Amino acid sequence: MELNMFMQHFINALGLGSLYGLIAIGYTMVYGILRLINFAHGDIFMLGAYFVFFATIQYKLPWALGLIIAVAGATLCGLLVDRIAYRPLRDAPRISALISAIGVSFFIENISIVIFSGMPRPVVQPPALMRAFSLGGVRLVPLGIMVPVISFVLVGALLWMVYRTKPGLAMRSISHDIETTRLMGVSVDRIIALTFAIGSALAAVAGVMWALRYPRVEPLMGIMPGFKAFIAAVFGGIGSIPGAMLGGISLGFVEIMSVAFFPDLSGFRDAFAFILLIAILLIKPTGLMGEKLEDKI
Amino acid sequence: MRKLLLAVFFCLFVVGAAFAADDAIKIGFYNCLTGQNAFGGQLELEGVQLAMEEFPEVLGKKVELVIVDNKSDKVEAANAVTRLIERDKVLAIIGTYASGLAIAGGEVAEVGRIPVVATSATNPLVTQGKKYTFRACFIDPLQGAGAAAYAYKELGFKKAAILVDVASDYGVGLANFFKQAFANLGGEIVSEVRYQSGDQDFTAQITEIISKNPDIVFLPAYFAEGAIVLKQAKELGATFRFMGGDAMDNPEMATLGGDAIEGFLYTGFAYAPDMPDMNPIAKKFTENWYKKYPGKDPNANAALGYDSYILIIDAITRAGSAEPEKIRDALEATKDVLTVTGTTTFDEDHNPQKDLGILQIKDGKKQFIGTIVP
Amino acid sequence: MSQPSENKNPARNKAMTLIALALFVSFLWWAQSHLDGYKIRIINLIAINAILGLSLNLIYGMAGMFSLGHAGFMAIGAYVSALLILTPEQKVAMWILDPIAPWLPGIHAPFIVSLIAAGLFAALFGCLIAMPVLRLGGDYLGIATLGFSEIIRILITNLTPITNGPLGLKGIPSHTSLWMSYGCLLVVLICMTRLMRSNFGNVLRAVRDDEIAAKTMGVNTFSTRVLAFTMGCFGAGVGGALMGNLITTIDPKMFMITQTYSLLMIVVVGGLGSITGSVVGSVLVTTMLEWLRFVENPVTVGSIQIPGVPGMRMVIFSVLLIVIIIFRRDGIMGMNEFSWDRFFSFCGRALKERGAS
Repeated sequence: MELNMFMQHFINALGLGSLYGLIAIGYTMVYGILRLINFAHGDIFMLGAYFVFFATIQYKLPWALGLIIAVAGATLCGLLVDRIAYRPLRDAPRISALISAIGVSFFIENISIVIFSGMPRPVVQPPALMRAFSLGGVRLVPLGIMVPVISFVLVGALLWMVYRTKPGLAMRSISHDIETTRLMGVSVDRIIALTFAIGSALAAVAGVMWALRYPRVEPLMGIMPGFKAFIAAVFGGIGSIPGAMLGGISLGFVEIMSVAFFPDLSGFRDAFAFILLIAILLIKPTGLMGEKLEDKI
Repeated sequence: MRKLLLAVFFCLFVVGAAFAADDAIKIGFYNCLTGQNAFGGQLELEGVQLAMEEFPEVLGKKVELVIVDNKSDKVEAANAVTRLIERDKVLAIIGTYASGLAIAGGEVAEVGRIPVVATSATNPLVTQGKKYTFRACFIDPLQGAGAAAYAYKELGFKKAAILVDVASDYGVGLANFFKQAFANLGGEIVSEVRYQSGDQDFTAQITEIISKNPDIVFLPAYFAEGAIVLKQAKELGATFRFMGGDAMDNPEMATLGGDAIEGFLYTGFAYAPDMPDMNPIAKKFTENWYKKYPGKDPNANAALGYDSYILIIDAITRAGSAEPEKIRDALEATKDVLTVTGTTTFDEDHNPQKDLGILQIKDGKKQFIGTIVP
Repeated sequence: MSQPSENKNPARNKAMTLIALALFVSFLWWAQSHLDGYKIRIINLIAINAILGLSLNLIYGMAGMFSLGHAGFMAIGAYVSALLILTPEQKVAMWILDPIAPWLPGIHAPFIVSLIAAGLFAALFGCLIAMPVLRLGGDYLGIATLGFSEIIRILITNLTPITNGPLGLKGIPSHTSLWMSYGCLLVVLICMTRLMRSNFGNVLRAVRDDEIAAKTMGVNTFSTRVLAFTMGCFGAGVGGALMGNLITTIDPKMFMITQTYSLLMIVVVGGLGSITGSVVGSVLVTTMLEWLRFVENPVTVGSIQIPGVPGMRMVIFSVLLIVIIIFRRDGIMGMNEFSWDRFFSFCGRALKERGAS
């Protein structure tokens, strides 16, 4: 393969992977604290994309305002999901919460079909972000550079929050031992809600960037990115924030490079992601950067 | 209270019975009126309704159309046909858009022995081996072969690549027929890459195709994914042209794809409101359409709905009877019936041999280039 | 629990079972000749969903393994069975995308054989998958099995010479009658009750409730789980084969994750770990899903037409799933089973209350 073609694939993979990583953070934080796969997370991502679509395309608001609306709306939805479907099941067997999560995800998808209709809607990209230019034989658009940069900045900010602030300390403490943390006077429900809020906000940012990058919104657009991001979270080591980002980027590379090097097998592209998941579960269940999580008995 | 209710029910029953007694000829219509294919289904319904206004009667009896939605869903399609046959007792059925749905519905009609004219279901299996299923449209092999012939002969393209959705029977079918025909003509397929329905990132596939430097890329996708592919290709600096099939014929193409769809070519049914030298019935159809639906352009789906109705009315007239078996026999004998999308004669597989239209997006609008016979 | 020791009146109970069975058989006989095709189809679907629900319940309710891969095993069963019963001419005519694998048209078997083969193939795949992934616990297992089910679907989509790819198989000769589906359900029910009353059933429950304790008692928990998983997959294969045969056309898109969700709904509504529950769940969920189609149809009241809301059916479905899991986590039956003793004591109590008031 020629170098410029490889670089083109590299850029493509970085863009896709950093979006996966951003969604994966929501999974990894919730799982780290509650040991719950938040199946609805991919759908929160979809709602974020729809919010920005309505704000900017339907109501012609500026993109910056659209981003704020999307983040606020998705955060609210994330909090509602936690309050309605997960909090009543905190003391129930984990499997019950998981079924509830499946139910919520199914609900958001179908209510979106009812409200937004199943038709895909076009997103009109701001032309400034799409002005293509060539750099050493590689085609780039400003958006393609913005996506990974924004993702990395957000992850940096999040790491600072988790390791340098009080709520962050409480989060880490809950993920180690929820009962003891409660006894120490931490309002556990509030911290869990905060976790959902942060995860949903990041998913909304990812949703906005996704809608810009792949300019179309539809009610089921969150399913596959959601699954992929979950795979990324497991691959990177569930519970670890840098791990989620690393997992996302690895997955982006696996997907893009599998097509680049084995074009004949491009029909199996999604299968590669799932094979990666099963392989990591069998070889190193804690993922690349994860610590061992005890199954809570 | 109970007596009152009974009386009301009795009245309703009498009124209902009075309506039912009116011996109209019942024709069923099932199609995608909601769901992902609603765009095509709605237009086909409007086409049928237009034809009904022109030919409201046959054999001196009024025609009654029973409309059922199949919600673009396979199970619903089977249910819809069951309902039409068992509850509404229709004598013939028109429908539907999308081959998968037409196959599911056709299975039921085959058991119920009611003739069906499929509107725009292009897969060969829709009518293959079926006694009661016919169709108004051409079939996919013709489309694939036509696209290959146009690309190779008219445009002089020698190197083609294919980008296909592996999970779509329509896409894989067209891609294979294109591949065979293009190779037979002497062209070269330089790359064939795939994706899955629901994918949103096609950058890897497009970059791979760019590296193989083809003259044209055959993209037999549905409009929603096709438009995004064109957009990403433009972003990645692709200079080759794209060509697709009839599923790209949708006004949403332009809104989804923006200026990236400029120059996109696709094959379709041989009808467009702006086509040169129309046959008389197509002219009449276009005129009446603008009278009935002012401000809305007719398209091939509307024309096929119109044609399906005409084919059934023609068969009933020739059979001199509205018995399903006789309608079926007459349909089978359909020969040189002038329809909007060309003359219709059924071959032994109940498929009409029709011309193929070539369309192009120019200045953001679709433009009818001409018809070809592959 | 319907342990033999609880059986207070064996002769009466046996007689009642026979009477109930006879009543049900006569109902089927009546249905066969009096109901329309649509209703017969739903009654068939209830039996098939019950088989599928029972097989998922064996894996999940009885053995405590959270599996989200049922749709994949159904797909294997449906394809194996369909490929065996399609005639060589049908097969040759159908493969219009890629040429058919040369050995395939020659393979042909009667329907019953194809059902067993469907089950065996699904079980074989299940066993192969179980060996590595059952080492994982809880939700990791769920995700891994979901991944496998997706991989199976992608394989079926891509292996065109064998599966006809996305086009799927059409015109499958229909053999699924009420007798066939309820016959299969009866066999599955008998096997399941026998199994759960046997020593293996006790071991299974022990593994589910406390794996560590079971291990210390010398139970080979791993092989117990693999065996239960394999048997569950056998059921999924048979159920998938019946489903495909009922609809007479199959394609890879039929076996998406939503298929697993509706089975999960059946098991959860009925009660995890209850055989009776899965049957009751199947009746309720299947009829409800069909009945809810009316929500999506336009309703005409007098001259006013209320348009149907497409997609509303699944919204109601998902809300019910959430409500049940939050407010009645044990489902309808909990872990209990139906028995005539319970039935009579319940009737007795109900009658007394009525007399008292």
